[in-house]
Amino acid sequence: MATIKDFFRSKPKYVTVHQPSTDDRREIPDGLWVKCEECGNLLFNKELERSLMVCPKCGYHYRVSARFRIANLVDEDSFEEFDADLIPGDPLGFPAYPEKTRAAQEKTGLKEAVITGRCRIKGIPVILGVMEFGFIGGSMGSVVGEKITRAAERAIETKLPLIIISTSGGARMQEGILSLMQMAKTSAAIGRLDEAGGLYISVLANPCTAGVMASFASLGDIIIAAPKALVAFAGPRVIEQTVREKLPPGSHRSEFVMEHGFVDLIVDRRELRDTLAKLLHFHGRTAVGGVSNG
Amino acid sequence: MVNGNLDFEKPLVELESRIAELRRFSKEKNIDLTEEITTLEKKAAKLRHEIYANLTPGQRVQLARHPKRPLALDFINLIFPDFLELHGDRLYRDDHAIIGGLATLEGSPVTVIAEQKGRDTKENIARNFGMPFPEGYRKALRLMKQAEKFGRPIITLIDTPGAFPGLEAEQRGQAEAIAVNLMYMSRLAVPIVVVVIGEGGSGGALAIGVGDRILMLENAQYSVISPEGCAAILWHDASFAPEAAAALKITAKDLFELKVIDEIIPEPLGGAHRDYAETAANVKAAIVRNLQELKKIDVKDLVEQRYAKFRKMGVFYEASEDKEA
Repeated sequence: MATIKDFFRSKPKYVTVHQPSTDDRREIPDGLWVKCEECGNLLFNKELERSLMVCPKCGYHYRVSARFRIANLVDEDSFEEFDADLIPGDPLGFPAYPEKTRAAQEKTGLKEAVITGRCRIKGIPVILGVMEFGFIGGSMGSVVGEKITRAAERAIETKLPLIIISTSGGARMQEGILSLMQMAKTSAAIGRLDEAGGLYISVLANPCTAGVMASFASLGDIIIAAPKALVAFAGPRVIEQTVREKLPPGSHRSEFVMEHGFVDLIVDRRELRDTLAKLLHFHGRTAVGGVSNG
Repeated sequence: MVNGNLDFEKPLVELESRIAELRRFSKEKNIDLTEEITTLEKKAAKLRHEIYANLTPGQRVQLARHPKRPLALDFINLIFPDFLELHGDRLYRDDHAIIGGLATLEGSPVTVIAEQKGRDTKENIARNFGMPFPEGYRKALRLMKQAEKFGRPIITLIDTPGAFPGLEAEQRGQAEAIAVNLMYMSRLAVPIVVVVIGEGGSGGALAIGVGDRILMLENAQYSVISPEGCAAILWHDASFAPEAAAALKITAKDLFELKVIDEIIPEPLGGAHRDYAETAANVKAAIVRNLQELKKIDVKDLVEQRYAKFRKMGVFYEASEDKEA
């Protein structure tokens, strides 16, 4: 990390080189520099990526794709995807839903809002599920419910720990009541894993709300949240619109939720791999075969 | 809405009040108006059938929220006259949007859990408009675990716009409370019969809605999001709620076709509010019949079947073969 810090200390030099005549930051070319959305500091894109899209200055966590999370969490080439072929139907004949799913598929390159599979983290085998917020707000319809349920059932069969990284706006409106029922279905599956003595670690990424929060994401033996992530049943906007309550600063964020006792720990994305490995060790899980890149 | 009556009911309500007036007049003045009254009653019956046989989903939503619709306590009083309410979650406080307690049904003890709205403003404030706080769901779970310990079947009555979405609810873990209920209800080792009596508002309804049999009154609704909320998202205008209600498929008939509920309980023509006793008798008969069936099933199989019931909900395809799973 020292090298990254050193690099950024020399930042002003680069700014002068690339932008000698103007301080209009919007003109900074895409793909080379970005201005941190949170602290406003200029960051070199490559370095931001190397720090897993977390601002090295202020720790702001940029939203990342499910693929990005997996690539930076699991051992290289260890991920074997489950149920990649499951695609949504349109059970209600809901207005514009097929178009919406098609657009989401093109945008994300995924068939649905969650990727599940088996992989290793620092040599330790686990079942992993990672949600994609870019796919209709990470909403849970029948496919997400089914894939999460199958992942939990595979964790029972294989006796492997289950880790799910959740980021979602809730149940998918376009599949109506069937989406709501996925909450019961996934919670029942986690219940079975619980009864079987299986370990389930739930990781809450920004944002994680509503139907997913009110089901499997809240049922982890251990619940980890990303720093400053929006973690809630009803988001601040919903509350302000329906109850017209004035909200204190920081409400609905991970730190607030931990303070009220509903999250075990807050972990920076850059530390997640190490923390998960440590937790797996505490549960008697050890690396199999040759451990690499750890 | 006029005097607690819905717009589409208006012609019928007017006709009915004219009939009542004629009756009073005939009695007071001692004039025989039997013929006129019979004609009007025939007309009313025809009109009643025309109005209620073909309700749109939007109109059913109005019926489900009808100001005179029987609420959970009305059903409890009619079905479980010996009901004894038990209070509190033993953690924080007693939530008044959820009622729980003990009663007998056909001589056997049962645990009853219900969501209760208010009838007027004062009651609604006390009941938080039927929107439970986390402690309400935790009270429900406490009483359900108690039922399991003593081998009592559980009956739940659903009627809520949704779980309360305020700051205090967040501070006390609304999401956690709902999730934990979903998990435990899926494995409680006693029969559970769920009845949606009015509004089934999303996670706030489901949190007491995981059971072996899901029954629903004819004009009740059950939805992942309120029609108003859906309309606001889709068309940026909550006044499109009737269109959203149709798109969301939230009527008892829709849910039966989607295999989410097991049985539709008929209401008197015109809706439950027209005859509490008849509605409650229908609900009671359905509960009793379903419980009799469930009691015959070995508890292990019962829990297994309950898991399988929710396990198969949902519609999806395998990309390669386009086959429904």
